[in-house]
Amino acid sequence: MGTTDSSIVDSARARPGLLFVALLGGLLLVDLAAKLAGVGLGPIGGSISVDRLGSNLWNGVVIGLVIGLAGIGLSMTYSILSFANFAHGDLVSVGAFSGWGVAFLIAGLGDVSVRALLTVRDAGNASPGDIGAHILTTPGAILVGLLAAFVVTALLAVALDRAFYKPMRDRDGISLLIASIGAALIVRYLLQFVYGSDRRGITASVDASNLAFDPLGLSVNAHELTILVAAVGLMLAMHGMLQHTKLGTAMRAMADNKDLALITGIPAERVVTATWIIGGGLAGASGYLYVLLRGTIQFDFGWLLLLLIFAAVILGGIGSVYGAIVGGLVIGVVFTTSTIWIPSDFNQAAAFGVMILMLLLRPEGLFGGVTTT
Amino acid sequence: MSDANAPDGSASGPSDGTSDPPESATAAVVEAARESDLGLVVGTLLAIYAAATLLTFTDGLNSVAGLMETLTFLGLVYALTALALNLQWGYTGLFNIGVAGFMAVGVYTMGMVVRSPDPAFGPPGLGLPLPVGIVAGMGMAALLGAVAALPALRLKADYLAIVTLGLSEIVRLSLQSSAFDNFLRDTIGAGTGGGRGMGMPDNPVRELFLVDGQAGTPTALGDPVFGVFGNGGLGISHPILIGWGYIAVLAAFLVAFYLILERLGRSPFGRTMKAIREDELVANSLGKDVNLVKIKVFVIGCALMGLAGILWFGSQGNVSPTPQFRPLLTFYVFIAVIIGGSGSNTGSVLGGIVFAAVLFEGPRRVGGTVRGLIDAETPPSFGDALVSLDPVTFLAYATDNIAPLQFVFLGLVLVFIIHRRPEGILGDRIETAAAVDLSERPTGGESDE
Repeated sequence: MGTTDSSIVDSARARPGLLFVALLGGLLLVDLAAKLAGVGLGPIGGSISVDRLGSNLWNGVVIGLVIGLAGIGLSMTYSILSFANFAHGDLVSVGAFSGWGVAFLIAGLGDVSVRALLTVRDAGNASPGDIGAHILTTPGAILVGLLAAFVVTALLAVALDRAFYKPMRDRDGISLLIASIGAALIVRYLLQFVYGSDRRGITASVDASNLAFDPLGLSVNAHELTILVAAVGLMLAMHGMLQHTKLGTAMRAMADNKDLALITGIPAERVVTATWIIGGGLAGASGYLYVLLRGTIQFDFGWLLLLLIFAAVILGGIGSVYGAIVGGLVIGVVFTTSTIWIPSDFNQAAAFGVMILMLLLRPEGLFGGVTTT
Repeated sequence: MSDANAPDGSASGPSDGTSDPPESATAAVVEAARESDLGLVVGTLLAIYAAATLLTFTDGLNSVAGLMETLTFLGLVYALTALALNLQWGYTGLFNIGVAGFMAVGVYTMGMVVRSPDPAFGPPGLGLPLPVGIVAGMGMAALLGAVAALPALRLKADYLAIVTLGLSEIVRLSLQSSAFDNFLRDTIGAGTGGGRGMGMPDNPVRELFLVDGQAGTPTALGDPVFGVFGNGGLGISHPILIGWGYIAVLAAFLVAFYLILERLGRSPFGRTMKAIREDELVANSLGKDVNLVKIKVFVIGCALMGLAGILWFGSQGNVSPTPQFRPLLTFYVFIAVIIGGSGSNTGSVLGGIVFAAVLFEGPRRVGGTVRGLIDAETPPSFGDALVSLDPVTFLAYATDNIAPLQFVFLGLVLVFIIHRRPEGILGDRIETAAAVDLSERPTGGESDE
């Protein structure tokens, strides 16, 4: 056993930060176990119910799926175009507003004026109950809205690329990053101009929309279930596309080694366009689903989500689509379960802290670097 | 707000009689201004004042002086912050987009140190003198800068951007948190005030003009000033006059910042900074301690950002984390640096002044003036404005909602600059790492003729 010991000591000496994080994580797990058992040992322990932990984890998974879905697009554009797209969060908002505009139009046409519906309740004074958008009462409207969110955001992403990023393909990552900050400002405040700045309710409330899983102590909302199905479906479609189509192979090749991909005759511009369509579309879909989860909408919510999306992408390793999904789940769970140990004001800060630690200790991410496979 | 023609009215006279190359009086003025950076700064300010006068002269002298005061204040504070950022980004190439966080740390530390231990309302402080607070604020910002420098040592620029943005958001969320507020009150006896923010200590400039800062009791200095310019003379309101007094203080700080940074930039340390910006590997190979330089630059730059934050928000009565220290503030400062051309101190000062007047305050004022000319009711929402199918109604909606359009305009300007003029709108002023200009061919050598 002597050799194993010394290798552990060596690796601990080489990476003290990692050791520290491992110890901290272990301590938190012990503390959690003590809390669940209801044992108090000085500073650690206390009490927490299994129900609360269960619902925290479930909420974390749902938010994490949405963040991971948005992260796929960010990760793809990051690896294929080599820049951090700060406008990605606002694509998320665009998807939410356009998608819900269409969903409202279908759900409430005839009862409420068209301009109130299309501006997502900015004009007029219809309440969410008047429009009555809910997965149990108007499933068709919700699904068509999801599709619209995907299509509109994909189109906008391609348009932004043509107008802003294409003329500067050969420039360095920082120039593109600054241009994307400009694009983010343009998109976000056009949204405010068109849809107004107030936060407002979207989904109607419907009786008996909760399904209880008694043995696990979970109460699952119909909307959360919808998000689970939609997000996992989109992720599986993404997986199939990447692994089994020519376009997917080309994308993976571009992400791995751009020069080699160009030499082998991959049509770079077409792949870039496809990247924007898929990445933008998924961002829009995730924004739409996020609003379905939260039930409210505001013009800058996507921008506020952006750092969490970045955190997910960095955690999983930039360029890795599966990494983005796993990273999203981790960030989502950190976001919701961190409230066990720290005040809820800090759950977002905790997620950013995890991201910064990851960058310091393992900048290549959990899945290690640019691999779209 | 187009001010390009403003200065040439005064200058066309003297250049009329000359027979030198510049084709027009405007070109001659531009030529002369380019040679003297100070002249350019003063010229820009004068042009902005001319435009401000044009916008408000119908409302009387008080409004003109008030608008000028606002524009000058904003121009100076943006210039101060842009100078600090230029040290990190323009000179050393460190892409720090956490400026808002460092400013927040500076001003909050100052407030917590200086506020009275038993205030009438708001969080308690330590009750120390103002200079101690300012030094403490700069120190805390520098300390956070040293922490932020750790990732800067090993990360690529775009990762550093995300880390610094995350750090500034962590700062903002912590200041926002009431749990953190209570924790600080229990441990060090000074709080942040959480989401409600905190009132700032009295501005000492106010006490130069008024005894104990009380309106109606002018000091020996305040009395003649108010007599000539205030109610006794030209009729400018007293807060505006005191504002001008504070502007003099800000201008002194700006000159000090500029001199320090110019001196730093021309020192051997400055050449190492520029070498790191151009090629880190080469700088390292030449035996420069790249990591140490980066840490120093982060510490100095963040301390200056903290000071700029104190001078800016510390003078504004009340600070609160959420509207004021959003990442948007960082992007404003970035736009100011980019406009002036990153890598030049004069450019940063100019960029700050131009940004504040033309991009930040200008559209609001112009929008307000245009709104005053339109005789139409503002529709309650974009949807209503659109279905009215009346361009005048739509214009009324647009001018009443000028704030979002202003941000759209800012975004367009940013993209435009990056596309067309990456070296900055106000000319290529970047200082090369070499001590002599390598791009200029030596004159007097052999020629083909």
